[in-house]
Amino acid sequence: MAQVNLRNVVKRYGALQVVHGVDLNIDDNEFVVLVGPSGCGKSTTLRMIAGLEAISGGEIVIGDRVVNDLPPRHRNISMVFQNYALYPHMSVRENLGFSLKIAKKTQAEIDQAVDEAAEILSLTEYMDRKPGALSGGQRQRVAMGRAIVRHPDVFLFDEPLSNLDAKLRTQMRTEIKKLHQKVNSTIVYVTHDQVEAMTLADRIVIMRDGHIEQVGTPLEVFENPANTFVATFIGSPPMNLLAGRVSKDRIVLENGLDVPVPGQFSDKTHEGQEVILGFRADNLMPVGHAMPMGGASAELDMAVTLSEPLGTETLLFTSIAGKEVQAKMLNPRPVAPGERLSFQLDLTRCHLFDAQSQNSLR
Amino acid sequence: MDENRHHRLRARTLKGLQLFALFIAMCFICIPGLWVVLNSFRPTVEIMAKPPVWIPQDLNLDHYRAMFGGVGEGGVPVLRYFTNSLIISVTSTVIAILVGMAGGYAFARYQFKGKAAIFIGLMLTRAVPGVALSLPLFIVMARTGLIDTHIGLILVYVSLNVPFTIWLIDGFFRQVPVELAEAAEIDGCTRWQAFWKVEFPVARAGVASAGIFAFLTSWNEYALASQLTRSTFSKTMPVGLRDFTSEFTINWGGMCALAVLMIIPALILTFLVQKHLIAGLTFGGVKG
Ligand SMILES: Nc1ncnc2c1ncn2[C@@H]1O[C@H](COP(=O)(O)OP(=O)(O)OP(=O)(O)O)[C@@H](O)[C@H]1O
Ligand SMILES: [Mg+2]
Repeated sequence: MAQVNLRNVVKRYGALQVVHGVDLNIDDNEFVVLVGPSGCGKSTTLRMIAGLEAISGGEIVIGDRVVNDLPPRHRNISMVFQNYALYPHMSVRENLGFSLKIAKKTQAEIDQAVDEAAEILSLTEYMDRKPGALSGGQRQRVAMGRAIVRHPDVFLFDEPLSNLDAKLRTQMRTEIKKLHQKVNSTIVYVTHDQVEAMTLADRIVIMRDGHIEQVGTPLEVFENPANTFVATFIGSPPMNLLAGRVSKDRIVLENGLDVPVPGQFSDKTHEGQEVILGFRADNLMPVGHAMPMGGASAELDMAVTLSEPLGTETLLFTSIAGKEVQAKMLNPRPVAPGERLSFQLDLTRCHLFDAQSQNSLR
Repeated sequence: MDENRHHRLRARTLKGLQLFALFIAMCFICIPGLWVVLNSFRPTVEIMAKPPVWIPQDLNLDHYRAMFGGVGEGGVPVLRYFTNSLIISVTSTVIAILVGMAGGYAFARYQFKGKAAIFIGLMLTRAVPGVALSLPLFIVMARTGLIDTHIGLILVYVSLNVPFTIWLIDGFFRQVPVELAEAAEIDGCTRWQAFWKVEFPVARAGVASAGIFAFLTSWNEYALASQLTRSTFSKTMPVGLRDFTSEFTINWGGMCALAVLMIIPALILTFLVQKHLIAGLTFGGVKG
């Protein structure tokens, strides 16, 4: 029922500017994830949408209302905090019903909404406990329950899973995704974990130093990173980057080794241009242990320095032009350090960035 | 085997020594108080006896009877003093707590110019011994006509207690995560509701302990009260103790009886609030 629009939103703390004119349109029912390294302004942006932080410039629209100066209670949003922020002096039931009580709903309405939320999040057994007597995962669910009882226009999540252990985190991730399908609401979700971002998001917003670097679906940002920052931030292991210079349709890497300019970039480069060649581990594979490659490829002979078996595949560390790169081996066999292998680089899946601007040449 | 026995013996000896040290310390703390209680039930002769009579021979309520009796028979206006003490202590505590909450909350939550300086300034006022202020206070009160009034003493006690209540309450509000109030605001509260419905209940243990301290300070204060009160109209119980001294004698028994009456409310209050303190100290709304 509500889209969210940020128009040139700016945040300053005194002379320090931490959010630099963010423009973002979030559709109704869309799950948008803000992701970026620590201190890049994700929380600040989220808190400005919530109304917990005043904006220093620009405009925030929720639904069809400009909410710039509205206090949080008039924005019809709910928020899940990183540390949950449950009310310690109230039982789970009271925590869940608090917002409805403030809104002066009748006891019957409150009970019904609370029971429904408790049902969805399987909290029914803990209703009379205080938050202090709950485990981390249970507290997390209460925090989510408190957010959903009100049927807000927009849900805001600030790193809600970062205090949980790895297993619980994956489990809750799935629950959040299911929840989104069930309650049908716009969600803005902040995390610094790119896996969380990839798995949850309809669209990912990658931020750095208070700027948006790229907005797109998880596949878009993975397949077509707009610049080297996004390329290394999204995807695990991070994309391999090698500096080089264009010379006669070939890219000459630092130690003289060269590979052809991938066909899709041939008319986007010029002679002598400083570029950065990017490719993922999945696109550098030992001959005979690779996916069948459709188009052009380059063959490189290299020694493996380290191998990390992951079961269905093995991650190989090797080096090209003096720089460590990671490759992948499918249907793996044991590889000893120092062993020389012939690798195949899938040129059709390579990326090329301008060395100066760091932007993709695509 | 031998080694184990050695260590067990050692542990027991240490435990014994510990208990003994504790006993000595408790003696120092408790005996004067118990002596006061005991003396309030003993005839003057026995109180004054030399060498002291340790085991009481004759316990009775004579001092209490006399205290409540007519003026001629050593009576003092106990009820009057009690009401004065109560009015002054309760009022000054309530005010000190309200001011302390406003101030403590501001220090805990907001950034403002000169915050550190103001805070240190407040703490420094605690470094001035109260008695040193008695003469200036006396002059001010005399000029403003507040000598021998409840309001005069209430003002003094409020200013005495406010720095301390601010400091204590500030500490407690600091422990309440900011996100609680933010969550409440998102749940539909105004800033004011968020304070009263969430932050205050969570920090109420701290407010209660600040209240006890403020109350006990006012309830027990003697030096300033003795300067600023004159008549039964405003004398508090500690000042009332002086009624038992006359030119040549001191009525120790009567004094002890009044002292016991003074201790009882303080004791009851402390017990009541102490329970509440422990119950209130269970945080856990944020990740543990
Ligand atoms: N009250 C403040 N005064 C000054 N600077 C602040 C204040 N709050 C945040 N900042 C700065 O704003 C920047 C963005 O902070 P923010 O909390 O939004 O980062 P974040 O992206 O959420 O990081 P994290 O992943 O660590 O939570 C940081 O560099 C931080 O130092
Ligand atoms: Mg953050």
